Amino acid sequence: MSILSKVKEAVICLRAGRVTLPYPAQPRPTPPNFRGRPIFDASRCIGCAGCANNCPAREILVVDLCQEVRVLQYLGRRCTYCGRCADVCPEKAITMSRDFETATDHVADLGQRLELFMSTCQRCGRCFTPPSALDQLKLKGYRFDDVAHERWVFHSTAYGRDEPVVEDVEIELD
Amino acid sequence: MIKNLCQKMFGRSLWVYHANSGGCNGCDIEVLNVLTPYYDVERFGIKLVGSPRHADVMLCQGPAMRSTAAALRRAYEAMPAPKLVFAIGSCACGGGIWHDSYPVLGPVEKVVPVNYYIPGCPPRPEAIIYGVAVALGLVDKRVVPVEVRQLPLIIPRYHPDDLRGRDELVVYEKADSL
Ligand code: SF4
Ligand code: SF4
Ligand code: SF4
Repeated sequence: MSILSKVKEAVICLRAGRVTLPYPAQPRPTPPNFRGRPIFDASRCIGCAGCANNCPAREILVVDLCQEVRVLQYLGRRCTYCGRCADVCPEKAITMSRDFETATDHVADLGQRLELFMSTCQRCGRCFTPPSALDQLKLKGYRFDDVAHERWVFHSTAYGRDEPVVEDVEIELD
Repeated sequence: MIKNLCQKMFGRSLWVYHANSGGCNGCDIEVLNVLTPYYDVERFGIKLVGSPRHADVMLCQGPAMRSTAAALRRAYEAMPAPKLVFAIGSCACGGGIWHDSYPVLGPVEKVVPVNYYIPGCPPRPEAIIYGVAVALGLVDKRVVPVEVRQLPLIIPRYHPDDLRGRDELVVYEKADSL
């Protein structure tokens, strides 16, 4: 009985042949719906920070260096490749690539940093508030996220750390 | 340097110890998938062992948590040197989507030194094999940091103070310089 079952096992194995993928030697195509890491296109981004406000891993940090320059720092290290940033981007500046070969020995290799030029309003000299689609992204005024500690700073402040921005969006919990 | 050390010290056989310090089990399943005949990392001499004392490499999944950080550290110290640590998954690389919740200390590199990072939630089995191949020097890493700067577009500022009434019109005095 047991010999028969062994013979049967051997026949099954021989019939299956070699199943192991020759992966690192030959490339392996990804399935069509596969999402790899997001790629940011600096020429399209308008710096609305919608991606940063909607990232579940809070891994896109926004720092306003001055009135005209906003830095968008994608860390890459805790990205879950969920694609929400690409969904929410009004300018389609983020594409989810099929790139999964992202192993590295320096975690900073995964980062992407965009230095964005923000147009200012001709009348008041401040960044203009873009129209409705961006309002839905809960635009929060000036942002000073903590790049050194890779943390999001929840309450945006225009003048001081404890002073809320005028007309800061209230996120309703109900 | 690590690559040279890796090739010299570890030869063709790495014994791995699989440590989950609080992940959701997604990455564990992918790591076990890598050991199946379909992906078969045993052709690189990689073998899963049950004790950190037998292991050369620790595969970390999940973030460092308050409750497991000490145990993770003890497991790391129990491994004989030279040793490598792979952070597998977004949780181990950077804390994942849990990075700011109360029991999570952050990435495992806060507790043990990490040599290789394999991001993904969970990473594909191929991505894990790729990370192992990078560590063994079979392939080169493909990611580089990206830094892009937009060109500034200078727009002169318009001052409402410079509006003047002239006859029946209101004109802007410095219109030529705009
Ligand atoms: S893919 Fe998801 S986790 Fe990654 S940056 Fe975009 S929104 Fe954040
Ligand atoms: S959502 Fe798109 S346009 Fe807005 S900041 Fe992010 S990448 Fe730029
Ligand atoms: S990286 Fe994603 S799949 Fe892996 S343990 Fe964390 S949450 Fe789970």
